[in-house]
Amino acid sequence: MDTELVGQRVVLRTDRRPDDATLVDDFTPELVDVGAHHLCPGCGEPIAIRSAVECIAELGAVERTISVFGIGCYTAFSNNLDIEVLQALHGRAPSLATGVKRMRPDALVLTVQGDGDMVNEGLQEVLHAAARGENITCVLLNNGVFGETGGHITSTTVLGQRTKNTLDGRDAERDGYPILIGDLIASMGGTAYAARGAVNDAGNVARTRRMLAAAFATQERGEGFSFVEILTMCPTGWFIETQESPDYLADVIAGTHQIGVLKGGDVPKGDR
Amino acid sequence: MTLTRGTVVIDREACKGCDLCIDACPPRVLEMTTTVVNTIGHRFPLLIAPGCTGCKACSQICPDFCFQVYKFDEPKEIPWPVD
Amino acid sequence: MARRLMEGSEAIAEAMVAVDCRFFAGYPMTPFTEILERMAEFLPPVGGVCMNAESELEAIGMAWGAAATGARAATGSTGQGLALMQESISEMCTARIPLVVINMGRGQGDYFQATRGGGHGDYRTPVLAPSTVAEAVELVPLAFDLADRWRNPVLIYGDYYLGHTSQAVEVQSKDHASTGRAVADKPWALDGSTGGSGRAKLLSSLGEAKQRDGVGYDLAEHLERAGAATLEMGAGIEPFCDVGHCDDADLVVVAFGTIGRFVRWVVKELRSEGHRVGYVRPITLFPFPTEAVVEAAAGARSVAVYENNLGQMIDDVRLSVLGSCPVEFIGGLSMDSSGFGVGPEIDAPKIRARILAELERVEAR
Repeated sequence: MDTELVGQRVVLRTDRRPDDATLVDDFTPELVDVGAHHLCPGCGEPIAIRSAVECIAELGAVERTISVFGIGCYTAFSNNLDIEVLQALHGRAPSLATGVKRMRPDALVLTVQGDGDMVNEGLQEVLHAAARGENITCVLLNNGVFGETGGHITSTTVLGQRTKNTLDGRDAERDGYPILIGDLIASMGGTAYAARGAVNDAGNVARTRRMLAAAFATQERGEGFSFVEILTMCPTGWFIETQESPDYLADVIAGTHQIGVLKGGDVPKGDR
Repeated sequence: MTLTRGTVVIDREACKGCDLCIDACPPRVLEMTTTVVNTIGHRFPLLIAPGCTGCKACSQICPDFCFQVYKFDEPKEIPWPVD
Repeated sequence: MARRLMEGSEAIAEAMVAVDCRFFAGYPMTPFTEILERMAEFLPPVGGVCMNAESELEAIGMAWGAAATGARAATGSTGQGLALMQESISEMCTARIPLVVINMGRGQGDYFQATRGGGHGDYRTPVLAPSTVAEAVELVPLAFDLADRWRNPVLIYGDYYLGHTSQAVEVQSKDHASTGRAVADKPWALDGSTGGSGRAKLLSSLGEAKQRDGVGYDLAEHLERAGAATLEMGAGIEPFCDVGHCDDADLVVVAFGTIGRFVRWVVKELRSEGHRVGYVRPITLFPFPTEAVVEAAAGARSVAVYENNLGQMIDDVRLSVLGSCPVEFIGGLSMDSSGFGVGPEIDAPKIRARILAELERVEAR
């Protein structure tokens, strides 16, 4: 293996494909058409969405998938995906997805929303979609802040979490308590599968992928509403260094929004 | 001599210097540059030693899709460090 | 086709099913509720879906999703419910998605809401105002055709009288409706099939297609394009109205919907007694029949506007004649105790008295 000098340091070359090896993972998965995007350094959202589209590809459901995107940082990233996208107003995605699935029951229908979109603006939409047992999969990217506006408090911001409008940390007296949306959804009669994953390390990425697969399988079997909440890093909105965000997620966010399967489905290995 | 099962190709220009791959890499063979930056001004990861297993932790965690991961047909013994 | 005596709400519902509307969502609110009831009854047997939404926000959201698949979809409410739908109506215009929205209003106080809209940004929606059940049955197919043709929501503006009076009408029975989700040829509609093709479809108020250079959406460019389509629609739809006895009229009375129906009857009665009065009843409220109003008012000495509100359409009448002759408001709010718009003034003798009084003022000048 040849080497090169980078900043007076001898390192292995990483600019040429080896000809005596097999490709294990390409830059972008099959359904991420374009890699470049403007999301912040260390953002967890492209990681979560990558897992979701990889699951869709593995499921062989590419040519019947209709995604409904909410409004948040991830909205722009929908442009990078090679799946059909229906853009919803802030908070309304589960309603649009309901209309889509009811008219095209053979389609694989998912929403992609942030915590601001789903748990603030669109709480009514997602709770009623779950209560009705709509055969759709709602994917929540929960980073505990309104990322797109610069990191403001949302209804999932945990106590003590510093945000743009709670600089001294969320205070229960003043700002109330976080909504544990995953557990709320799990308590709904129409919910067939609910789980909460995270993308702060490779292990959790793999685990979240199994949750997404279980959720889509639930939808394909027509068993009712499926829900995957994915804790994602937002170093910009958390006001911390990008390399600190995996631990911040584990210690601060996941302490309140606990990772695990919350309801139903074939329990992926390694989960309670 | 160090055994290495795989390697990576890194798109240095796409990297935004977020550092997530460094801690995600089980054999810890990635390190960020310190003084060298790419055209958009971000530091980027270097493959600093053999030992990559092709486990794709880096490509799965990278928000900017900077990694291609390969597994060698046969594991290689690499003389390291090279003076 | 045999004529059948039907209540307005039922006739409207059956007319929608007859033109392959296969999705309806709504939230009960007088006097709209009966349309929701009928659609819940008529759609399932023809393979359609009717949803009882948790609020009007979700009702139009579900209809939006259904329309995105290419199916003909509709929703509706009364004025207050329409207020909750404004955000979605305006955004659907920018996303260029067809939808029929029915406002069974309480009185006529939603004229501005219907024609100017309470949403955001530059958008317009065609507005059709039937005055009889028979006319409503004719306007339903037009509403869906306009929506599909211009890829824009279209409003049907009715009221309590329209929904709860009966008339013998011809409408294809729901029993002969084609089952299944007849989907007109809509290349923009989503069914998932372009996934993985390198040009997967996008249906969005942020852009019409995905950018391949990875920059995300260019909203400025899209708003210009959607804006141009809106202007094209406004110019491309031929406004129409019902006009009578205006050739030698001293006074022309302009009124729409149920009030327009009363005014037409009163004008005919006054004409038979030799009074020189005519009427104009706009049916498209947008685009407004400006030329017809100008033409009707050309020989008149005054124009009177009769609405069951404090005066809203009068603005459009004034904008039409542009000062070429006086425009007086002779309407006014006439409500019942529940505020459903069924008021004591909405009665031929009372409307006749107001028109006669205006005619005398005009002739006294």
